[in-house]
Amino acid sequence: MINRRDFLKNTAKGIAGIALPLAAFEIFNPGKLFADKSDSSKVRYVFLIDTYKCVGCGMCVKACKHENEIPYDANVTRTWVERYVMTKEGETFADTPKGARDGFTTSRIDLGGGKFQDIRQKDIEKAFFVPKLCNQCENPPCVQVCPVGATYQAPDGVVMVDRTWCIGCGYCIMGCPYGVRFFHPVYHTAEKCNFCYHRITKGLKTACVQACPFGARQLGNIKDPADPVTKIIMTERVGILKEEYGTKPQAFYLGLDREVK
Amino acid sequence: MQELIYEVQPMKSHVFRPLWVVIGLVALVLIARFFYVPKSFGVHERGYMYGWYRAANVDDWNKVTVKYQGTDYCKDCHSDKYESIMTTPHAIIPCEDCHGPAIGHPSDPPKLPIDKSRGLCLRCHSRLDYPTSGRSKIRGIDPDKHNPDIECVMCHNPHKPSLEGLK
Repeated sequence: MINRRDFLKNTAKGIAGIALPLAAFEIFNPGKLFADKSDSSKVRYVFLIDTYKCVGCGMCVKACKHENEIPYDANVTRTWVERYVMTKEGETFADTPKGARDGFTTSRIDLGGGKFQDIRQKDIEKAFFVPKLCNQCENPPCVQVCPVGATYQAPDGVVMVDRTWCIGCGYCIMGCPYGVRFFHPVYHTAEKCNFCYHRITKGLKTACVQACPFGARQLGNIKDPADPVTKIIMTERVGILKEEYGTKPQAFYLGLDREVK
Repeated sequence: MQELIYEVQPMKSHVFRPLWVVIGLVALVLIARFFYVPKSFGVHERGYMYGWYRAANVDDWNKVTVKYQGTDYCKDCHSDKYESIMTTPHAIIPCEDCHGPAIGHPSDPPKLPIDKSRGLCLRCHSRLDYPTSGRSKIRGIDPDKHNPDIECVMCHNPHKPSLEGLK
């Protein structure tokens, strides 16, 4: 027969026993998870690309590879430039040899597999260059799929990879609709453009923005209404890539064509 | 009416034994987790879905060395070169695009390697008449026809690129 004394004793012991391990499971506490979702940061980095100004010199790609220690001859790069050539017959050609590390010095389109196609000047309907880099999406799918919390979005919107924490599963590389991610040939972890985080936090321009002689690339802070980039994004006709994915990309393009994916 | 009396049987130890094992394993995992997971790892500003990370990694990225110093870094010591190029159409080109990143210069390296290759000039000056692209506005040549075997700098001075400045 259980008496009152034993009942109270056992109840107290039981509750103490259950409460202790639960405290260790704080990561599953939804109250804590959603407590500080409120956006208090004063900076949200965005990018503006003017495709009319880009001449396809590829100086941005060269500077990026040096600045961010991406092996120069490895066929991977954090940013690249694409060339689009549309013919009067309605055909579209696009290429980016070596990510345009050495620019576009010939009219021959690189079809891949060692094949090239020259398009006569009189057949060209329109042709232009489109620089690409990480869109630092507001809803980054690459971050959602990371199983270990190695890739994340900093409060200022920049998506980064923790090299010490990345297990190299490659989900994020598959998950990015823009194909901006790759494996770093030296560290064997996921790698991506982070808007030259070490530069922008010191008030410098990104390496690609600084290297561009034509002002085709610009970095801005969308939370600052006086920022010249913010003004352009707010008042001019800008496009974004793959809007239908709902990723809310934060790289804005002037002169985007529907053929640009 | 007869009073019902239940004898509380002490639970058999063979029931408790596996339970202790499970509790022990859970405790072990939690203790290991406590020591293995870095202190700054957790849920940050962007919530669990986007902001679950090790906050100290932001500082790791901030420690990356800045290699490209910018034209303002060059202009005081090389004021003659700076002022002369500023009067030409090449004024828009940052010094380090051709001279390479100035990290460490002038102590180490004392001289920056200058890219004087034909390929560097052709990045802009290989003629590509692409409508609606700034490229069509740049004076260009056909690299297969315009002195294909010699370097551009044999005749042209990149700091004074106008044709009147031919060497």
